Amino acid sequence: MEAVAFFAGAIGALGGAIGVIALRNPFYSVLALVVHLISLAGLFLILHAEFIAAAQVVVYAGAIVVLYVFVAAYVGGVEEPVWEPIPGQQLLAPLLGGALFVELSIAVLGSSLKSLESEGTQIKLGFGSPAEIGRVLLERFLIAFEAASLLLLLAAVGAIVLASRRESSSPPAADAGASEQGSRV
Amino acid sequence: MNLEWYVVLSALLFAVGAGGVLIRRSPVVILLCLELMLNAGNLALVAFSRMLGDQDGQVFALIVMVIAACEVVVGLGLIVAIYRRRLPLNVDELRGLRG
Repeated sequence: MEAVAFFAGAIGALGGAIGVIALRNPFYSVLALVVHLISLAGLFLILHAEFIAAAQVVVYAGAIVVLYVFVAAYVGGVEEPVWEPIPGQQLLAPLLGGALFVELSIAVLGSSLKSLESEGTQIKLGFGSPAEIGRVLLERFLIAFEAASLLLLLAAVGAIVLASRRESSSPPAADAGASEQGSRV
Repeated sequence: MNLEWYVVLSALLFAVGAGGVLIRRSPVVILLCLELMLNAGNLALVAFSRMLGDQDGQVFALIVMVIAACEVVVGLGLIVAIYRRRLPLNVDELRGLRG
């Protein structure tokens, strides 16, 4: 039963990942990412990480994907030219990805970790529940928690500064794009 | 299920994401591929957390999700700024930091 759930989640996650890189339209890529994220949340549930699974669905599939959908719809489809700066890049890239997978697998399976071949140690009741994660987060990892909150604040302010429409403080017309920008603003 | 399956799946997802970063030119899709790689790391962290029976790995995965959210927000802000300036949305043509 657990094997069936694992393989369903694995196929969903892998199919979603391949869809992200294979689909030409960025909008469809975002939708493939949703499939990937929800399958991954299922895998987290099998691994007894209930809170992580819930946060994955709420934060990723809820908030981040909405951002992506907005930007993909705002920017629209980008045609990707056939011109390759490195000759044979389309051929070389999957090769390098495959080599990376082989290397990581050798590194993991050759690490002779005994518990890799087991289903994990015995876990106590409530492992991965929101209460347990919250206790660990606020007791042992308080500094990381506060740093993360500060980082989120900085990212929000930075995004507003980056994407805001600056009317007066636009950079001086020194480059070629400035004239086009002037006609747009 | 043995935990090595999860770790190998995580390596496979990471390789797919890395291949996507190498193949695609659109910055939006490259950000999506970065998400794939971060999620592969999350899966490995949660699998090792289950392996050791220790919740520290899950907290680490939560922090990774926070980092991913920050990266997305700043990256998409950059893409919107690039689009507003009518610059080409193609990483091959955006390689110079000349503005």
